[in-house]
Amino acid sequence: MTQTSAPTIATRNIGAASRKKKRDAAIYYLMGLPAALLFSIFYFVPFIANLRYSLTRWDRITDPEFVGMKNFVNLLTNDDLFFKVLGNNLRFTFLVVLFQTVFSLFFAILLVRNTKFNILLRTLYFFPTILSSVSVGMIWLYIYDPNYGALNLFFNRVGLEAFALNWLGSETSALYAIAFTQVWFHTGQMIVIYIAGLQQIPQELYEAAEMDGATRWQQFKNVTWPMSIPTTVVVMAYTTIQSFRAFDLIFSMTQGGPNNASSIFAVMIYQTVFNELRIGYAAAQSIFFVLVLVLITLLQRKVLGSGKER
Amino acid sequence: MIYRSTRIFALTLFAILIIAPSFIVTVGSFKTTSEVYTKPLSLPENWTLDNYRYLFEVSNVARPFVNSTVVTLSSVIITLILASMCAYAISRMITVTGKILFILFTVGLAIPGQVNIVPIFILFNDFNLTNKLSGLVLINVVTTLPISIFILTAFFKELPKEMFEVSQVDGASPWRTYRSIALPLSRPALGATSIFLFVITWNELLFPLLLITDSEKRTLPLTLLSFRGEFFSNDSMIFTALMVASIPMVLMYLFMQKSFISGLTAGAVKG
Repeated sequence: MTQTSAPTIATRNIGAASRKKKRDAAIYYLMGLPAALLFSIFYFVPFIANLRYSLTRWDRITDPEFVGMKNFVNLLTNDDLFFKVLGNNLRFTFLVVLFQTVFSLFFAILLVRNTKFNILLRTLYFFPTILSSVSVGMIWLYIYDPNYGALNLFFNRVGLEAFALNWLGSETSALYAIAFTQVWFHTGQMIVIYIAGLQQIPQELYEAAEMDGATRWQQFKNVTWPMSIPTTVVVMAYTTIQSFRAFDLIFSMTQGGPNNASSIFAVMIYQTVFNELRIGYAAAQSIFFVLVLVLITLLQRKVLGSGKER
Repeated sequence: MIYRSTRIFALTLFAILIIAPSFIVTVGSFKTTSEVYTKPLSLPENWTLDNYRYLFEVSNVARPFVNSTVVTLSSVIITLILASMCAYAISRMITVTGKILFILFTVGLAIPGQVNIVPIFILFNDFNLTNKLSGLVLINVVTTLPISIFILTAFFKELPKEMFEVSQVDGASPWRTYRSIALPLSRPALGATSIFLFVITWNELLFPLLLITDSEKRTLPLTLLSFRGEFFSNDSMIFTALMVASIPMVLMYLFMQKSFISGLTAGAVKG
């Protein structure tokens, strides 16, 4: 009797356990479902639908007309604006990534120790991050104003009238002026990321370098820089993404003007939809936008990845 | 010696670059515009609340303020609930489904909202979700889910598995384990996530710009943008509007600097 009943109980337990397992799995599905559904319907499916729109000519008044690859051909062969904006976007990203990375590393080194004074300054430098892009845009619109702005007021007071330019109104300087604002906006955030990275560097390395009589510059070159490359990868990746997403800032400062000199991809797409009512064409522009983003991300990984191995 | 003086010079310069504009805007909101232009850095000769009065009484800035508050609070709460549930499920599922879900949101994280301008504009028009605060809440939730799930999944995976397993062996369902063990444990991660959700949702411009045309439904960033046309060359009014739009975040920042810095840094990838 006992010999037969023991395995029965065991099987029953296994049965119960596996039933509970199945029920648990079902509950996990249910917990993940709402987020997955919402995200798929309102973000992922539209992303795919964009591919279909890109093959049409459509103004949202008449029905869409299928035109095949015509939009893409037009973009690549017959659209000066597209290449101008591509160039702007790449220049903007390059400048912002370069200066934001250099500045944030520089200030992170200055503020790496957790003294009260340093923490206070980090909090101050971080401050712009909590503001909206529109607010930051409005502040800098005032600063850059050619007639009343703080910047030109300053240049005129100190006798540097030659520097008192129409910063946002001129095709040569608008993009650079916005790039400076973007760096002002986000450097504080990157300083914090760098400091976290720098504080991971073993103190013994610096002690050893000091024993060898290394100067500050040599310490930076041989210890700080190589040891902070992983953080640099993160900072550059974040900065690149942020610079591609600078729509809010650029839209509130110049709307891409003058003469599209400060336009980037997102601004161009918005204007193709709302000013020109060319839905299909805007969809094709978005697809190029994704391609450029993917390409830059891969390139960056490759360049910095090989740097890491070195 | 050179190092010390360079350090002090650089730190001071950067500090001025942050403090001076903030000071000009703050005192400027209590001045007349001509005083802003001639003496931006001096204190107002007569402190006046006229700008604030005008903004609330004539321009009715209270409306967008309330809209922004409603949209931000609802978006953050809904995102936190959906994201924490989903992140917990992902971190506990051993099957492929968990991986697939995680990949879905990781890919989503890589697609900036700006790529989706066209299809979202069309979809929301088709579903009649434009000019509605609920439509804004929906798009905010959808765009912030990936980053929130990303952060929370990482957090849940770091917690010792035994904590959940013990509870499961006791016969508790995953739902109960999530409610009574996972959620209380994840309070710091939820706090950090909610802070950056607050900031990015409060400050969001692109989707309100796409979806709202009715001035009664405008959020603060949209209103600021429209003020620029309305108060052209009237910077003290603009400054006052900036103050009103920024004060909630600034106050929260003053009281919770540490959580703000860590929260916003965790969400830095969202821009």
